[in-house]
Amino acid sequence: MSLQKFILKRILASVPVLFGVSVVTFALMHITPGDIVDQLVAANPNVPSHEAARLRREFGLDQPVWVQYLDWMQGVLTGDFGEVYSSSRDVSAVVLARLPETIALGLFGWVFAILIAIPGGIYAAVNKDQLGDTVSRFVALSGISIPNFWLGLMLMAVFAVQLDWFPTLDPQTSLLSPSMLWWLILPGVTIGTAAAANMMRIMRTSMAEELNKEYVTAARAKGLPERTVILKHVLRNSLISVTTVAAFLTASIVAGSVVVETVFGWPGLGRELIDAVHLREINLILAITLFTGFFIVLANLLADIVYALLDPRIRDEY
Amino acid sequence: MALLEVNDLTVSFYTQEGVVTAVDNLSYTIERGEKFGVVGESGAGKSVTALSLLRLIESPGEIESGEILLDGDNLLEMTTEEIRQIRGNRIGMIFQDAQTALNPVYTVGEQISEAIRHHLEYDSEDARERSIELLDQVGIPDAENRYSDYPHEFSGGMQQRAVIAMALSCDPDVLIADEPTTALDVTTEAKILSLLEELTDEFDTAIQLITHDLGVVAELCDRVMVMYAGQAVEKAPVEELYYDPKHPYTVGLMSSIPRVGDDSDRLRTIPGAMPDLIDTPPGCSFHPRCPYAEEACTRTEPGMITTGDGANGSQQSARCLEYTNDLQHGLGFDVTIDDDLSERVRGEQHE
Ligand SMILES: Nc1ncnc2c1ncn2[C@@H]1O[C@H](COP(=O)(O)OP(=O)(O)OP(=O)(O)O)[C@@H](O)[C@H]1O
Ligand code: SF4
Ligand SMILES: [Mg+2]
Repeated sequence: MSLQKFILKRILASVPVLFGVSVVTFALMHITPGDIVDQLVAANPNVPSHEAARLRREFGLDQPVWVQYLDWMQGVLTGDFGEVYSSSRDVSAVVLARLPETIALGLFGWVFAILIAIPGGIYAAVNKDQLGDTVSRFVALSGISIPNFWLGLMLMAVFAVQLDWFPTLDPQTSLLSPSMLWWLILPGVTIGTAAAANMMRIMRTSMAEELNKEYVTAARAKGLPERTVILKHVLRNSLISVTTVAAFLTASIVAGSVVVETVFGWPGLGRELIDAVHLREINLILAITLFTGFFIVLANLLADIVYALLDPRIRDEY
Repeated sequence: MALLEVNDLTVSFYTQEGVVTAVDNLSYTIERGEKFGVVGESGAGKSVTALSLLRLIESPGEIESGEILLDGDNLLEMTTEEIRQIRGNRIGMIFQDAQTALNPVYTVGEQISEAIRHHLEYDSEDARERSIELLDQVGIPDAENRYSDYPHEFSGGMQQRAVIAMALSCDPDVLIADEPTTALDVTTEAKILSLLEELTDEFDTAIQLITHDLGVVAELCDRVMVMYAGQAVEKAPVEELYYDPKHPYTVGLMSSIPRVGDDSDRLRTIPGAMPDLIDTPPGCSFHPRCPYAEEACTRTEPGMITTGDGANGSQQSARCLEYTNDLQHGLGFDVTIDDDLSERVRGEQHE
């Protein structure tokens, strides 16, 4: 099977998954009491009740749930995700405006995680059960145990408030300007820490396991320098296990972005989602969840491709 | 001067249960181009000896003492850098299970080439050419194309051939083959053994062939060392070992020689098991299993005694109190030569 066919198959396979996600989200939003109109009324108690009823009619919220769902679905199939009730803006426009912010943050978190986890994992595995390994395991365990919001607040308190090294407010520069890096570092580190710690532990375990295999002795018996043995022979095999969890880590980074964006006032999709949930902006909520789901499917696919690139035995099965 | 000279090598593993003396004061020599067999039961220390020659013993193991002289230079005193120049270059290694000895994520060709590039400083193109040539020499058909195959695309026999090509790639002086055929079926085993014989003859490479199988030794080797519990108990030219074994353990092994193609319980016919290497019995370590054991055997540790000169001047020696006249009743075994075996051994002699 060719690579294109494989990719196509995987994307098609994601359709039922995304459908399921939309049904569950839709159902959850309708089970919980209150809708956007209640929220608007709560914000402005002077609105008369006939006006509220008119709004519900206008938004289609007076219809049975399944009609609402079908309406929504019909729109989605034609590329229309509806509008944000409170601002009358297009949902797609809002998502597209916030997306780069979240991608930048997630990517930074990922790169940070990889830069810490791979060398750290190699170091720990090579020096297994020695002091450096023990220290790095302790650090990794702490990284996994500390909640995101707490780590974010602490980093902010120490590095932004006390030391004043980093800015804390909403970034005012454009995303692509170099000074943006300053805004990215604290939230990026916060979001990447748990992934870094998780990945480092997996890296350490898989590398330690690979180091016991006979091909390592064989590579040494060839007279190759230890550096080559580790970085060429062992590393590539160890990375195979890491890629199998990479998609899971991506999902955890995406989930973390909701909290981290809120803590740092980062103008991304995660924060948008929180606001949308508060206001019961159902169209926006659905679009963000669907988009996130699709993104995770893509990340999974990417991980599988990397997996196949690393391991020729898998490649043959495609 | 012998090509390889091992003197009083002792290797221990510091395990949680205690210190395992896997190789205990072992000495032997291998001449240039010689085919040297090492036999013994599982756990006798054959693989540990082999890995020691490349200084590949890993924690918790340690080479405690002794010398390993390659052309007179002590490998145990070399720097890490110097020993790397020896590994794969002057001493090549063939592993028991080729499938696990090959890295699954690199092509077979690359795994041969990398040693050539490293030791002989060939550029990639030349290294590739030489690797293809080697693959061809070890009998891989269509070597040029198979060069870029991954290990899983090779059959077991082909994988072992590739590992042999890898070990021979830098034209080593000594080839250590640690049970190179146990993972293979009988037909493939025979083919691989004759390939090894042919190639080591062609390149005048000495070989240290480790095996469970005295039949294999009979077909291939010039000289044999029998190991028991980390020690050599008998060293002899192959004919002497078969026609006139000196050590009761060797005799035990003989009576349990499997025929080629016979998968019956190899070497199991000697009653009992090898002693715990943490706490080896006092005196002769074989005494709990030796049919001729006497009181003296439980007290006095026998030394390695030369029992006679072999036909080609190489000595035969054995580690048994009989040869220091410390046994009251002596060894009472008779050797009757099995026709099939004498056929094979004689074939060797008159070649
Ligand atoms: N890494 C290790 N840790 C502890 N003990 C070890 C280790 N490697 C080998 N040993 C011990 O050393 C002894 C000799 O082992 P070795 O592998 O050399 O045996 P062998 O003669 O090659 O056996 P086989 O025929 O099964 O390959 C064994 O008793 C084994 O328990
Ligand atoms: S010394 Fe005694 S126990 Fe050891 S081999 Fe000789 S006879 Fe047997
Ligand atoms: Mg072994």
